[in-house]
Amino acid sequence: MRLRIFFAKTDAMRYTSHLDLHKTWERTIRRTGLPLVYSQGFNPRPKLQLASALPLGFTSDGEVLDAWFAETDQSTTQILESLQRAAPPGLKVHKVTEVDPTKPSLQTQVRSAEYVITLLDPVPDLEERLESRLSVSSLPRQRRGKTYDLRPLIETISLLLPDELGRSRIAMLLSAREAATGRPEEVLDALDISAESTRIHRSQLIFDD
Amino acid sequence: MLTRSEILSSLERLLPTVQKPGRYTGGELNQVVKDWDSVKTRVALVFPDIYDLGMSNLGLAILYDLLNQRPEVLAERAFSPWTDMELAMRSSGIPLYSLESKHPLIEFDIVGFSLPYETLYTNTLNALDLAGIPLFSADRTAQDPLIIAGGHAVFNPEPMYAFIDAFVIGEGEEVIHEIVAVHQAWRERKGNREDLLYSLAGIEGVYVPALYRAHYHPDGTFSRMERLCERVANPVVKRIVAQLPPPLTRFIVPYIDTVHNRIPIEIMRGCTRGCRFCHAGMITRPVRERPVDEIVDAVEQAITQTGFEEIGLLSLSSSDYTQIVDLVQAVNQRFVDRHLSISLPSLRIETVSVDLMDAVMDERRSGFTLAPEAATERMRRTINKPVSTEQLIETAHAIFSRGWPTLKLYFMIGHPSETMDDVQAVVDLCKAVLSEGRKVLGGRATIHAGVSTFVPKPHTPFQWVPSETIENIRAKQGLLKRQIRGPGLKLTWTPPEETLMEAWLSRGDRRLAQVIYAAWQRGARFDAWKDGFKYQAWMDAFTETGLDPAFYTHRHRPPFETFPWEHISTTLRKKFLFDDYLRSQREETLDDCRQGCFACGILPAFAEVRRQNPGDIWKCPDVSPRLQIKVEEIALSEALD
Repeated sequence: MRLRIFFAKTDAMRYTSHLDLHKTWERTIRRTGLPLVYSQGFNPRPKLQLASALPLGFTSDGEVLDAWFAETDQSTTQILESLQRAAPPGLKVHKVTEVDPTKPSLQTQVRSAEYVITLLDPVPDLEERLESRLSVSSLPRQRRGKTYDLRPLIETISLLLPDELGRSRIAMLLSAREAATGRPEEVLDALDISAESTRIHRSQLIFDD
Repeated sequence: MLTRSEILSSLERLLPTVQKPGRYTGGELNQVVKDWDSVKTRVALVFPDIYDLGMSNLGLAILYDLLNQRPEVLAERAFSPWTDMELAMRSSGIPLYSLESKHPLIEFDIVGFSLPYETLYTNTLNALDLAGIPLFSADRTAQDPLIIAGGHAVFNPEPMYAFIDAFVIGEGEEVIHEIVAVHQAWRERKGNREDLLYSLAGIEGVYVPALYRAHYHPDGTFSRMERLCERVANPVVKRIVAQLPPPLTRFIVPYIDTVHNRIPIEIMRGCTRGCRFCHAGMITRPVRERPVDEIVDAVEQAITQTGFEEIGLLSLSSSDYTQIVDLVQAVNQRFVDRHLSISLPSLRIETVSVDLMDAVMDERRSGFTLAPEAATERMRRTINKPVSTEQLIETAHAIFSRGWPTLKLYFMIGHPSETMDDVQAVVDLCKAVLSEGRKVLGGRATIHAGVSTFVPKPHTPFQWVPSETIENIRAKQGLLKRQIRGPGLKLTWTPPEETLMEAWLSRGDRRLAQVIYAAWQRGARFDAWKDGFKYQAWMDAFTETGLDPAFYTHRHRPPFETFPWEHISTTLRKKFLFDDYLRSQREETLDDCRQGCFACGILPAFAEVRRQNPGDIWKCPDVSPRLQIKVEEIALSEALD
């Protein structure tokens, strides 16, 4: 049985790496006693697939995990409840649905990711910067010694209303396909905003079909 | 200094800029957060190294649980920040804080340090400094937290005497409650600091160094420890718990990877083997075992509460746990379909151990570890770890035959009376074992030789022995490095400078406190880390204080010398240790003392505790009435000396 688990990663959990998140999920499911499926062979691994790696420090409301279970009598609602009880602080389980096991892997289905960025320090000419820096047809950038064009990876970008503390917020929808992943830090850098003075939150992942 | 809320907002910006910020956040599953204002006593438990290491310390986890079970007490954790975080904290004015509530350490009532080994001393000073707590005990007031320390290293507390208000000698499960009680009573009567120190010294097993003065002979050797008050104990006798309480099962589950990321269950405390180099084996006597049922139930509860996929069944010598076969079977039966790995450290070198490990569920089956400690039978008799080379080869053969491709062999160089031939024997033995492995597995067989250097420890039969010199260590390591190489052979070793530091701190006296302070001022910290250890800082510190490291490491201590740790009693008689040292020089061994008592001193010292807690848990042999009289006579005659 393949279950799709929709969850949030917040608070202290935002400093848990992709690999450690995998381990956290394995332990969470083990605590529920649900029959997680393990691979066969020399070094059995639990069958878990995370949709998309979330960079260290980002919070998210839109994370997705596929987990394989041996058949159980429990309904998805019951499973949701036991996962919620077993989850550590910072991991909030929103929804559990059953998925056709023959469907392609979750990672290959991710199309784009939506981020909300809160600026901890005021940036007076923010609107202007968005306008001037991004109304270009191409935005060549360097990352790990390779040149790529950031502009086509930005699907939409806009200002949101400030948060309750009056801090500016930017929403952006970035491409999240394999080999075509837009990174919010790169967009911020193009806007001359240091990522350290922001709080980056992934609000949702958008999938094909 | 920043307040708690200022710390929180500074961390918000600072954490994304450091390596592994998950070390500094707290907030993990099973951590305990209590209302700060509604408790009487607040205790910070500090492991003075990074989170990744400290989270694997079972002692602190036990104390954390015991203290938090009390409604009027809270306990929180703190660890040393890695150097990048330390820099960031110092430049933003963030003091060392607790992970649970982010309160600065200076706001706690009691700060307890775990000191299992000596290389944590400079980190302890650094933690106090980062917390803004006066480094020297003498400079603290009643407004400062009480600074206590425990762990194996504090069986010689003297090098740290100036920085710690009270040392806890021995097992902490009961004494921690007595310390909290004394602290609460002192707070209620609004006593001064001196009052607190005297009250603490009244607890059995608690050593308050400020109430003692050390005297030295003109040649610099230690002469005696003077009590500054008639009421304080001399010697301070270690604490033990008669019966081990049920094991801890509610472990904090880290969000990031740590060194031993697993459930540790202590199956037995103490060891009856009497390896002469082994500090733990001497100071943790007597042997007490936990019942099989209790262990299996604890594993079940711990799995349910943590989800960990690995269990460590811990003791100093797993093979000696009376019902080890039953235990392994019971664990297997109960958890067969749970995808659990079980580690069983410290197995004896015999084929039975291989049967045992074969029965243990280990989904990975990557490596098997044996610790012959020395490569010749003469050397192994000297250190009292008698096993024949034939038996070792036979065991290795069984290991490879059952499918373990990698065998890790632990050795030490620098044992007393060791020659280059004994070191050459390490090479020859590794090669012999490898060729045994190749017979079975061909090119897949691998030997990993972990060769550390022996450090003479206080309270052991080798406390009289000079440490190996740096020149000899280099020569011996050179031989190993030249010859333990090539396909299927891997060698790891300890840097000689690190060994020497451990050596001078292990058998140091009070004067070393100045050296530790001076070394810390010169930037020494993370001495247990290859990239952290600053040998030159230590050498300069010795020069500045006019002390000679060789006095502590290489000096041949005469039989009649009084040691600066003798006012701390493990209850092992000095005469027993010395006789055993003489036996080692004659290359004579001493049997497992479960078979017969050698009157080390434990039995008479804890006879009353044993009478009050009868049962099968206590593994010292039942002594015959005749031997009992002899044991008591020895104790009496030594008391009269």
